Amino acid sequence: MQTETLKKGRTMTIPGLAPLGRILRFLMRQPTSAFGLIVIGLLVFGAIFAPWLATHDPYAQDLTNTLAPPGGGHWFGTDELGRDIWSRLISGTRITLTIIALVTVVVGPIGLAVGTIAGYYGGKIDTVMMRITDIFLSFPSLILSLAFVAALGPSLSNAIIAIALTSWPPIARLARAETLTFRAEDYVSAARLQGASDARIILKSIVPMCLPSVMIRLTLNMATVILTAAGLGFLGLGAQPPLPEWGAMIATGRRYMIDSWWLVTFPGIAILCVSLAFNLVGDGLRDALDPKQMNRR
Amino acid sequence: MLIRSRTSSFARQVGTIAVTLLGLLILTFVIGRMMPADPVRAIVGEEATQDTYMQVYNQLGLDKPLPVQFVMYLGDVLTGDFGTSIRTGQPVINDILTVMPATLELATLAILIGSVLGITMGVIAAVKKDRWPDHLIRVISLMGHSMPIFWTGMIALLIFYAALGWVGGGGRMDDYFIGLVPSVTNFILIDAALAGEWEVFWSALNHMILPASLLGYSSSAYITRMTRSFMLDQINQEYITTARVKGLSVRQTIWRHAFLNIRVQLVTIVALAYGALLEGAVLIETVFSWPGFGQYLTSNLMIGDMNAVMTCVLLVGVIFIALNLLSDVLYRVFDPRTR
Repeated sequence: MQTETLKKGRTMTIPGLAPLGRILRFLMRQPTSAFGLIVIGLLVFGAIFAPWLATHDPYAQDLTNTLAPPGGGHWFGTDELGRDIWSRLISGTRITLTIIALVTVVVGPIGLAVGTIAGYYGGKIDTVMMRITDIFLSFPSLILSLAFVAALGPSLSNAIIAIALTSWPPIARLARAETLTFRAEDYVSAARLQGASDARIILKSIVPMCLPSVMIRLTLNMATVILTAAGLGFLGLGAQPPLPEWGAMIATGRRYMIDSWWLVTFPGIAILCVSLAFNLVGDGLRDALDPKQMNRR
Repeated sequence: MLIRSRTSSFARQVGTIAVTLLGLLILTFVIGRMMPADPVRAIVGEEATQDTYMQVYNQLGLDKPLPVQFVMYLGDVLTGDFGTSIRTGQPVINDILTVMPATLELATLAILIGSVLGITMGVIAAVKKDRWPDHLIRVISLMGHSMPIFWTGMIALLIFYAALGWVGGGGRMDDYFIGLVPSVTNFILIDAALAGEWEVFWSALNHMILPASLLGYSSSAYITRMTRSFMLDQINQEYITTARVKGLSVRQTIWRHAFLNIRVQLVTIVALAYGALLEGAVLIETVFSWPGFGQYLTSNLMIGDMNAVMTCVLLVGVIFIALNLLSDVLYRVFDPRTR
């Protein structure tokens, strides 16, 4: 009973989670990160209401109306098969969000597990795990993803796996650093003295403390995930046609670029906006978490 | 005492690097073995008999258990044998050595552009902190970091090549110059200058400037951010106030005092940014038909040329480790406090 209240007291004071509202207000006050938040909001809105926002079926071909310029019935024009680009862009938001969500869901736990275990046990386990982390860190994420996709075969799901495989190391590094500061804390010793197993201490006492900073690092990572996924799509190693993935749309539009600029321009702007939005929010988050900045404003 | 502690830390570093390299080799080996392409079929062709197939299969050591295969691979790599490319029939290492200069040339020009841009923006942002130049620079530099570089490359080609005609299009130089200059170093700018062919030199530079600027711009985000934060650390210190009180202008204080103190940190940042450029190079080479490392890697990925892909990935890993080490060493050499 007593441990329960003790733990509850602890979770209430997790740094970073409690002032979540305060961070959000801080982000909205700055013009740059507010813009980012709004774009991300629009992205989520677009993904949820995609079927209602789309003016046409994103897969419906109309070979009598190919490469039509923007205007008339097609706001952003049509592509080489007469498909409506606006509708494809809108349904592409779902793919983008799926990629971000899946990568985050896979990467967070892996990074947390590796980092907390390495940090908690220390010694040989720590050395081995951190060496492995370093090896993965010694590649630019796109190059390693390329190699993984080449090995697994090109598809959207394999691209997601490959991106996840390459983006856990920074999370593990961070979780380990956090764990090192927490593992000597009194409350961890208290849990140990009460007979809690290592697994229980890591799961119940250390992981919750690492969560806020890990979640923020994951947000910072999202822009990179979007660009890597788009790059893979562009090289033909990610989402396969006819999926309306933005990078893949640019790749097919490239052939018609000179005469039909709208094929590549709009998907590119979409990628740029979303990735910029995540970067702006990430930048704002970094400031928000810097105590000097937060108090001054 | 001091010397001994320095040598032992050096030894530890060498050990760490050796372990990381071994890990890198394991990783590339696993990726190579996972690749769906059949290396035997690629060598013997579609119409080979079962006997020939098995003969080559055994020759390549594919009948042996994986750990044995790995040791064989390790031995090959240590003796400089990275296998033969299925596509070109040449030793992979020769292929890479011919394409690498094109990428290095592009990346070097890019990092020069990126450093000048990034450092200037970073210093201005720090000096004008929280005022409009700071916000503007933040957006400009983040924009460079957020753009899908393959797309920006296409749009830039449309505008500056197709519409305005200011720069050359894809490739390393105009077609009619190809083969005019003897390949000595494979760095086209150096080769052209050596041969005294200035027309070729300008044509090559004209083709290089657009992809290099885009790459440089994309890498300037990181350099800007780090410069700004290093500079802010300096500006808040008392010697800056002293210098201002002494009557030095803001410009002199910033460039003659504060900037000199962040040089060392900047060098290490630029070294790391150079490594990150390679990633953008892979994509931008595809758009600009640049016959470099990135294009070699992607074209071999598509056809599943195992040896070539393994070696390319390995090489990128080695370059990354080397740059990390370099930035570490530079820091030690230039910063007297670490001696």
